[in-house]
Amino acid sequence: MHLTEKEEAAEILRISGVKADNCMQCGKCSAACPAGAKMDILPHRFVWELMNGRVNNLAASNTLWQCLSCFTCSARCPRGVDPAKLIEAVRLSVIRKQGENRLNVDELPAEIDEMMPQQALVSALRKYNK
Amino acid sequence: MVYNYYPGCTLSTKAKQLDLYAKKAAEALGFELAELKEWQCCGAVYPLVQDEIGTRLSSVRSLAAAAAIDGKLVTLCSACHHVLKRVNSDMAENKEINAKVNAYLELDKPYQGETQVLHYLEVLRDEIGFEELAKKVVKPLTGRKIGAYYGCLLLRPAGVMQFDDPENPSILEDFIKALGAEPVVYDYRNECCGGYIALKDKSSAQNMVSKILTSAANKGVEALITACPLCSYNLQVNAAAAQPLPIFYFTELLAEALGVKEEV
Ligand code: SF4
Ligand code: SF4
Repeated sequence: MHLTEKEEAAEILRISGVKADNCMQCGKCSAACPAGAKMDILPHRFVWELMNGRVNNLAASNTLWQCLSCFTCSARCPRGVDPAKLIEAVRLSVIRKQGENRLNVDELPAEIDEMMPQQALVSALRKYNK
Repeated sequence: MVYNYYPGCTLSTKAKQLDLYAKKAAEALGFELAELKEWQCCGAVYPLVQDEIGTRLSSVRSLAAAAAIDGKLVTLCSACHHVLKRVNSDMAENKEINAKVNAYLELDKPYQGETQVLHYLEVLRDEIGFEELAKKVVKPLTGRKIGAYYGCLLLRPAGVMQFDDPENPSILEDFIKALGAEPVVYDYRNECCGGYIALKDKSSAQNMVSKILTSAANKGVEALITACPLCSYNLQVNAAAAQPLPIFYFTELLAEALGVKEEV
């Protein structure tokens, strides 16, 4: 079954459990985001796109792979919107598709050093692979 | 007092020190950490969407196991604490997640989020008390300027974690004081270290770590403490050579002040 972009955006909002409509576009989330400088779509814009039924450009954005899940945006939002959850929902909608994993397991050994904790590998695999 | 204890995957391997010092210190303080029999890895990151059920199961198994014993579960790693606490809150608050998880697990008794998840620091603050802790210190860390590095996972989201004020926390500073050292407050103590981005975009982690270490060094911090293996890793490995501050697990300083560090 193929969803339209609007339906897909609605599905993202549903699985995230976030009430994006409460967003007033104040931009506090983006101002606080420590990864903002490396994102092509900032958190407040990310929320705006979903509110307006658009998800295709979000799915192609590097915001998905730069977000640190630090929850600063969620903590600073005066309206109880949770941008981190929305970003995760789109990230999952991408990596749940066949062939869309973002961390090549074969290349991992080269990245691992003596001190790297298991926690780093488990988190990265959960965030970038399915 | 014996507490059920959830060590998590990293504390018996790369972050052994965090665990060993915690157990030694507990002995000196008169309590014991009893490892849950069949815990599984919590997954290290909390599943942020509601339709992720499989990734919540291992946490619920441990939470339910603790509920069957005495209803308390102590954690030490910030990430495990974050995941267990948030999944626990889902089980108490989110009917859909609760129903799906219980249908899948078929436990003897459905789990409703009743376990109290306590971080080791909360045991020190809320069950023992920092004043009592201070009385047990035999080798006060007098004159040492220690910075608390909180990071993200213990503090946010505050409504669920209920750990401390997310913007202006004090638990680690109070802990440092109890050990006889001098806590130094600096701006970046609750900013992100980059976390798992270390595997995807090292330069991002380096950038974050540099801000944290510079902010701490500018305030005269001589060493940082943390409760998170990944923070500890980033703060050491992704630091520029020019700004190396020693990074300790908080339990190492605790064991030192209690005079049991050498026994580990
Ligand atoms: S802080 Fe909240 S209300 Fe403001 S733009 Fe971000 S999501 Fe919207
Ligand atoms: S959770 Fe992601 S989007 Fe939100 S502040 Fe952190 S890095 Fe930015």
